[in-house]
Amino acid sequence: MSGESTYQPSNGFTRWLDDRLPIVRLSYDSFIVYPTPRNLNYWWTFGAILTFCLAIQIVTGIVLAMHYTPHVSMAFNSVEHIMRDVNYGWLIRYVHANGASMFFLACYIHMFRGLYYGSYKAPREVLWILGVMIYLLMMAAGFMGYVLPWGQMSFWGATVITNLFGAIPLIGEPLREWLWGGFSVDNPTLNRFFSLHYLIPFLIAGVVVLHVWALHVTGQNNPDGINVKSDQDTVRFTPYATIKDVFGLSLFMILFAYFVFFNPNALGHADNYIEANPLVTPPHIVPEWYLLPFYAILRAITFDIGPISSKLGGVIAMFGAIAVLFVLPWLDTSKVRSARFRPLYKQFFWIFVLVCLGLGYLGGQPAEGKFVVAAQILTAYYFAHFFIILPVLGLVEKTKPLPESIAQAVLGGGGGGAGAAASPEKRG
Amino acid sequence: MATTDTDEPTRRDFLYVATGAFAAIGVGGIAWPLIDQMNPDASALALASIEVDLSPVEVGQSITVKWRGKPVFIRHRTAKEIEEAEGVDVLELRDPQLDADRVIKPEWLVMVGICTHLGCVPKGQQVSDEKGDYDGWFCPCHGSHYDSSGRIRRGPAPLNLEVPDYAFQSDDKIKIG
Repeated sequence: MSGESTYQPSNGFTRWLDDRLPIVRLSYDSFIVYPTPRNLNYWWTFGAILTFCLAIQIVTGIVLAMHYTPHVSMAFNSVEHIMRDVNYGWLIRYVHANGASMFFLACYIHMFRGLYYGSYKAPREVLWILGVMIYLLMMAAGFMGYVLPWGQMSFWGATVITNLFGAIPLIGEPLREWLWGGFSVDNPTLNRFFSLHYLIPFLIAGVVVLHVWALHVTGQNNPDGINVKSDQDTVRFTPYATIKDVFGLSLFMILFAYFVFFNPNALGHADNYIEANPLVTPPHIVPEWYLLPFYAILRAITFDIGPISSKLGGVIAMFGAIAVLFVLPWLDTSKVRSARFRPLYKQFFWIFVLVCLGLGYLGGQPAEGKFVVAAQILTAYYFAHFFIILPVLGLVEKTKPLPESIAQAVLGGGGGGAGAAASPEKRG
Repeated sequence: MATTDTDEPTRRDFLYVATGAFAAIGVGGIAWPLIDQMNPDASALALASIEVDLSPVEVGQSITVKWRGKPVFIRHRTAKEIEEAEGVDVLELRDPQLDADRVIKPEWLVMVGICTHLGCVPKGQQVSDEKGDYDGWFCPCHGSHYDSSGRIRRGPAPLNLEVPDYAFQSDDKIKIG
């Protein structure tokens, strides 16, 4: 934050408005002159890309809701109606369906960016936690949205996930029936999922406002992970960050358009074009790709742990894998933020990325034989990364010297910048 | 404010607490209908019981009927299956239960065809289906194996397949529910 607002109302109307609702001032201070670190790279454009994704999902979703019918006997057909009869329905639905995948892709890149550059560390813990809350809401929205077409994967995905709650001792059974509104996934379930699927994006938008607010209180982290010390370290948000965001977004939209126009079903599952049938389980139930790592963790717990059954254990492990992100700021004991100056952490970061990808792969494989063993090993590593590696690394790792300032690291002038220059990776 | 240096609560403190408690009860009273509306409604609870005619089901055949929106497996077990089910050492089971406690007549096994792990419908009803390692049912979702009595033998499921309330109305007719 740069202290005093520098906004000058330019005419009588804006002066009048500024005295009553300083909304132009807020926008000017937040998105025009707001100081951004001058060393931000393209990994920092994903915030804007995610905002775009949320907007796309809300707009296409509102339009789809005008044509969709949330009833077990009509939902499947109404989706086909959208695809075949509604003007541009095919386009709007494919944008919405692939938009969910693009949203998660951008979200994962954004999160791994935060992990690599230590964006979750003090003073940005609340900013990070708000982000994890958005991620949880996204998963809920994605899951419920996938149920709405009422295909086989919709139905059985909903069955498996809602049954997770049945594993909770004592209240599990009544809780499950409360979620279902019956004794199995049925019309009441579809109806409420539609209602909640419509609600959640607006909850996300609300938390995004808090997320951006928290960001603007602490200021952005940056690839060197050092604090902004002077005006020399920053550039104005507009045009510098704005143009960079627009360019990054443009590249992202090319990928988005590829899926929508050339491969719209690549990320979906063929079984979801078969109408839901409560009497026949598909041979192989898989969630959408973005939930696969957690699905692998769920299925990796095939053994009882004391009084905890394997079923409850799997549920605890799966939710624990997400919950651990909330306490990440306190598990990482290193004071140095950026992996650029943490030679050991940098290696463990990439191992962690591979472990997550591996879990994603295993989540899509049948739960048997070597796949289960591999998932168990990777699940153990996943938790070890947070509970053993991160706390220990901060104590034993010898970090590289930090640059004096962002300006010095970027503009040169002194040997201190060598650390940054040694890893000029991913500059776009 | 009713701040005093005495330890004695004042009349005003009492009124604050009483008002707050009253408001909390009111909020709870209003919240409950909003929560309870999601529970199974009258039409879901009013699901009738069903009658099933078993006479067309030959030895070694299975049928699936729908009850309360759930599949119910009815199997006319072979002598070999009954023998296997009865020959198991019950104490070795995850969910110990005698085969005799799961059937009314040994040749007829009736149970809800929903895996107790996460609710998939196990394979094993069709002749061509995979029946798992224990000659019963196999859940393809997460790999649970059930034996010829529908008891969990291997995999993540915690419990045996549920046996619903049912009764024989005649030699070859049952009523479920």
